[in-house]
Amino acid sequence: MLSTMFSFLFQFGDAFAFLVIASMGLAIIFGMMGVINLAHGEFIMCGAYTTVSLAQMGLPLPLAILGGSLVAGVIGMVLERTIIRHLYHRPLDSIVATWGLSMIATQGVLIVLGSTMQGVGTPLGSFTVGGFSYSTYRVVLMGIAVLLLVGLYLLFYHTRAGVIARATIQLPRMAQATGVDTGKVYTLTFGLGAALAGLAGGLYAPTMTLVPTMGATFMVESFVTVVIGGGDIFLGAAPAAAILAVIRSGMTAWQGQLFGQIGLLITVIIVIRLLPGGLSGWILGGRK
Amino acid sequence: MPSGSQFVKAMRLGVATAALTASVGMAQDAIKIGVLEDQSGDFAAATMVKVNAITLAAEEINAAGGIGGRPIELVVYDTQSDNTRYQEFMRRVLQSDQVDVVFAGFSSASREAYRPIVNQFDGLAFYNNQYEGGVCDANMIVTGAVPEQQFSTLIPWMMEKYGKNVYTLAADYNFGQISAEWVRQIVEENGGTMVGEEFIPLGVSQFGQSIQNIQAAKPGFVVTLLVGAAQASYYEQAAAANVNLPMASSVNVGQGYEHKRFTPPSLKDMYVTTNFIEEVDTPAAKAFVEKFRARFPDEPYINQEAANSYIAMNLYKLMVERAGSTDHAALRAEIAKGDVCFDGPSGKVCLDPKSQHMSHTIFLAKVEADHSISFPTVWENIAPYWLGEAGCDLTKNDPSAQYTPSSPPPQE
Repeated sequence: MLSTMFSFLFQFGDAFAFLVIASMGLAIIFGMMGVINLAHGEFIMCGAYTTVSLAQMGLPLPLAILGGSLVAGVIGMVLERTIIRHLYHRPLDSIVATWGLSMIATQGVLIVLGSTMQGVGTPLGSFTVGGFSYSTYRVVLMGIAVLLLVGLYLLFYHTRAGVIARATIQLPRMAQATGVDTGKVYTLTFGLGAALAGLAGGLYAPTMTLVPTMGATFMVESFVTVVIGGGDIFLGAAPAAAILAVIRSGMTAWQGQLFGQIGLLITVIIVIRLLPGGLSGWILGGRK
Repeated sequence: MPSGSQFVKAMRLGVATAALTASVGMAQDAIKIGVLEDQSGDFAAATMVKVNAITLAAEEINAAGGIGGRPIELVVYDTQSDNTRYQEFMRRVLQSDQVDVVFAGFSSASREAYRPIVNQFDGLAFYNNQYEGGVCDANMIVTGAVPEQQFSTLIPWMMEKYGKNVYTLAADYNFGQISAEWVRQIVEENGGTMVGEEFIPLGVSQFGQSIQNIQAAKPGFVVTLLVGAAQASYYEQAAAANVNLPMASSVNVGQGYEHKRFTPPSLKDMYVTTNFIEEVDTPAAKAFVEKFRARFPDEPYINQEAANSYIAMNLYKLMVERAGSTDHAALRAEIAKGDVCFDGPSGKVCLDPKSQHMSHTIFLAKVEADHSISFPTVWENIAPYWLGEAGCDLTKNDPSAQYTPSSPPPQE
C-alpha cells in the first residue's frame, strides 16, 4: 500500500517536474512577453547538446548543465537583438521567422554534428521502495523544479530587476518614460527565457536520446502548460503543471501513455473553453 | 515539418548524379533509380546510412560496367521522416523523373502511405526494412526481415531462457501493433503469458509510468518494439531506474545502434534478431564493413538496413540482366523462377516468388554489459514462409493488401 502510494507520488512528481522545467522558458517568452517563438525547442536542444559536449570534455555534470543554459541564453539574446526584436508587433511574421530559425538550427546540427550524439548516462543510481526501483536523478529533478519556481518568483516579485521587467512588458511606454532602457530589458528577459529552455535541455540530456529534433518532444507539454497557466507564470504555470501532472500520471497509470496524452489535450480544450485567460486570468479575475 | 532540407537534398543529389554519370559519359540510356529515404527528422539516425549503402552499390556496379552495360543514375530525395513527403516524392519520381525502380521507406507508416501510389502508377518499389510482415503486393519487393524470421526465432528462445511471462512495449502505429500481435500469438503457442502490453505514441520520450507498470507486472523479459529517436530514451530511463530485465527486440540495435549511442550498461541483456549488423563476424560481413568504411569513413554505424539496401541493388541488377529489360512483368517472371539469389554481406539470400520477400540468415545479437555484441546463436536460411502458407501467391494474383495473423488472406 505504502509502496503504491509512493509510486503514484513519484509519478506525479516526475510529471510535474517535466512540465515545470520544460515550460518555464516558454512561460517567460510566450506567456509573459507574448512572443511566439517556434524555435523554442531548439534552445532546449542547444542546452542539451552543449551540456553533453561539456560533460564529455570532463566538466562535472552540474557545471556542464549551467554551461548549456548559459550558451542557450547568450544565443537567445543575440537572436533577440538581431531578429526577434523587429517582429514584436508582427506575430505572423515572427511565426515564419522563428520557424525558419528552428529549421536552420535542426538541419544545421544534423549536417555539422550528425544524426545523433552519444549520451552521458544518468547519474546518481537508483533506490528501491517496496517492489519498485526508481532513478535518484528523477528526485533531484523534482527538487530543481520547485527551486526554479521559487527562484523565479523571488526574481520577478522581490527584486528591482523583476519589477522593471514586469513593468516594461506590461506598459513599455510608461516604463520608458521613467527612464528604463526597455530594449535592454527585452533582451535580458528573452535571454532568461532562452537560458531556462537551455537548462531544461541540460537537465534532461542525461536521460534522453540526443538528436537534432529532440526539442520537439518538449513542445506539446510546455505549450499546454503555458496555455493553461495563462499570462502570469507563477499564478498560472505552477498550478497548471500540478493539475496536468495529476491528469497525466493518473491517466497513464490507468490506461497507458496514449491516454495520458489524450488527457493532457482534453484538459487544454476544456480549460481554454471555460477560462480563456487561463488559470492565472481566472485567479486574477476573481480578485477584482 | 516543412521542407527544411532542400539544400542538403539538392547537394546530395547533385553530388551523387555528378559522380555517377561523370565516369560513364552520357546518361542517356541510364537506369534511373529513385531513392526516397529519411535524411532528416526523427528517423534520420537509422536511415541516412541507407542512402550511402545505395550509393556504394551504384558506384560499384557502375565501375563494373553498369547493369547490362547501362549506368545507374540515382534520383535521391530526403523524405524527412514525414509520410506526406513520401507521397509527394513517390509521385514525383514515378511521374516526372520516370524512374525504373524506387528504393523507399523506413517506417511502416511511410510504406503504407506510398504503396497506393506505387500501385496507381504501376511502379516497382523495394522496401529494404525489417517490418511487421504481411504485404502481398506485386509492385513491392521486400528485402527486410519479417516476423517469422525475427519473432518465431527470438521469442521461443527468450522464453526458454528467461521464463514464460512476457511484457511488450511497442510503438503505437501499424508496425508496433502488428508486431505485438505476432509476439502475443507466439507467446501463446509456446504456453506463455502476456503479463502486460503497452503501446507508446511516436515521439513520447518520458517513460516513468511505463517503467513502473513493467516492474509491477514482473515479466521474465520485455519485448521492446520502440521506434524513433524519442522513444529510444526508454533504455536510459529504465537503466537509471534499475529495471534490470532482459529485453528482446526486432528493431533495436540492428537499426538505431542504441548500444553505440547510450552509455553502458543501459542496453545490457538486449537480444535482437537481425540479418546484419556491423559486428557480425563472417568474412562476407567483414568485407562489406571494410569497403563501406573505406568509402564513407564517417559513417556512425552500418546497420541491417544498409546491408539490405546494398543487397537490393544487387538483386535488381541481377534481375534486370537476366530479364534483359527493366520491364516489371519481365522482372517478376524472373522472380517467379524462384532462383533469384545473391551472396552478399549477410550470406546467401533468395527472393520468394509467392510473396516477393527475401530469405535470411538470422543472427541473435546479445548486448553485453560493456555494450559489446555477442552472438549466442544463428538461424540459417529462414524463408519468409508465412505469406505463402497463408495464401498469398503473387505469381497467380495480386491483391495489393497487407495481411496479419488476425486478418489473413481470404481463403478460397
